[in-house]
Amino acid sequence: MNEVFDFDEYGANPGDPLPMRPGHVSHGRFERVLRAGHFVITTETAPPDSSNPDEVLQRASIFDGYVDAINATDGSGANCHMSSLGVCALLTRVGYSPIIQISCRDRNRIAMQGDVLGAAALGVCSVLCLSGDDVSVGDHPDAKPVFDLDSISLLQTIRTLRDDSRFLSGRPLDEGPRVFLGATINPFAPPVDNRADQLAKKVAAGAQFVQTQYCFDVAMARDFMARGRDLGLTERCFVLMGVGVLASAKTARWLRAAIPGVHIPDEIIRRLEQAEKPRQEGRAIAVELMQQLAEIEGISGIHLMAYKQEQFVPEIVTRSGMLGGRKPWTLKRAEEPLQATIDHQFQVAQG
Amino acid sequence: MYSVRLWSVRHARGMEWLYDAMNMPLLKLLRGLSGVFGKRLDRPVTAIERIAKGFFFDCQMCGNCVLSSTGMSCPMNCPKTIRNGPCGGVREDGMCEVKPDMRCVWHAAWDGAGRMRKGGDAIRNIQFAVDQRGRGTSSWLRFARDE
Repeated sequence: MNEVFDFDEYGANPGDPLPMRPGHVSHGRFERVLRAGHFVITTETAPPDSSNPDEVLQRASIFDGYVDAINATDGSGANCHMSSLGVCALLTRVGYSPIIQISCRDRNRIAMQGDVLGAAALGVCSVLCLSGDDVSVGDHPDAKPVFDLDSISLLQTIRTLRDDSRFLSGRPLDEGPRVFLGATINPFAPPVDNRADQLAKKVAAGAQFVQTQYCFDVAMARDFMARGRDLGLTERCFVLMGVGVLASAKTARWLRAAIPGVHIPDEIIRRLEQAEKPRQEGRAIAVELMQQLAEIEGISGIHLMAYKQEQFVPEIVTRSGMLGGRKPWTLKRAEEPLQATIDHQFQVAQG
Repeated sequence: MYSVRLWSVRHARGMEWLYDAMNMPLLKLLRGLSGVFGKRLDRPVTAIERIAKGFFFDCQMCGNCVLSSTGMSCPMNCPKTIRNGPCGGVREDGMCEVKPDMRCVWHAAWDGAGRMRKGGDAIRNIQFAVDQRGRGTSSWLRFARDE
């Protein structure tokens, strides 16, 4: 492959696993880009309320060429949608690099271990372990909350599957799942002083990357990262700061009041209130946050969450200048050489 | 009881001292009694443990007690039963996202751990998920019998 395809080698089809490089744990592109020292951009897609695969692919295509990985949420807000596993399987088929989110709310350890093996078999290379929102906030408050494991136990469990090639029960696996392990962290919720300790526990449990809750307070992020660096965590774990896109002061207020753990300083709300075009201002704030966060030592990337504003992700990423001259893998670019390969094979077969 | 539970966390240092002081004699006593009475000991001891720990910590009898490693705040009172918390949903005032009238048990736990002598570091240990087979059984007897 030439240099352009440094991060997007491919096999017979774009969804095939990449050859694993030394020091890597997965065949995925996301881990590669991080370990190569690039500043990465990830985003998330909301799985549809539908069984139509085209909706998934269409939602992902918005991000094509602007992000290094796409998180597929798992019943976020305890609302029912297409499964994260289903979305990820559709995305890997065409070559995207999805991050499967696994919430402890809905499944016990038997189901989750099985899902991780299934996901890995379907080409998913990155996993994000979460506790999950409680069922009481979602659309099925009558459901039974499972929480058999918590996110840290889940990290340990998947690490056992991968590194020891065995189930929690001790029963051996023929082949462990080659997955890059991630967790979430919220440096902006109390007890703020202990959040770096919480990160230390997650890293000790196997987290190789973390994606944070929305960051609207750069000073707090700076403090958190300073503590993280003191504990030596940024050397063992890639930190991706979460950045949100606010549509208006009203949304911001709602988010702050309705979603516990989301911290939005008054100053941000004031800016949105005073702006002539609040939606544009919200995007400008996101761009500024990204640029300021990227300056902080130890931050390896941005996790851009643009719920219901996904169409602006390319614009925000471009304006932030975070990618430098780098162009993440795109389906469009992968399709051309793939077509050439198919044509070539066809010609060979024709003699 | 909720108010007693908060008191126990505030007095985590004293509670830790009490725990340490009682630990060996209690285990020795239970070990001795267990040798004599065997399984007949289970019901009375479980009942005593339920009442005592229920009063001080709102104990849920998970059978996998880790109180001394969680700042004397029982993690099983967390609506998500998180054993390595807190989750990301703690409110700005330190209350639980699911039960706004309850202080986050992990917010309390880190607070309690800060007051303890040894428990302050034990909270950094990772606790694996509960063995569900232990629910409703006595942790004291499990320790005494080295199960």
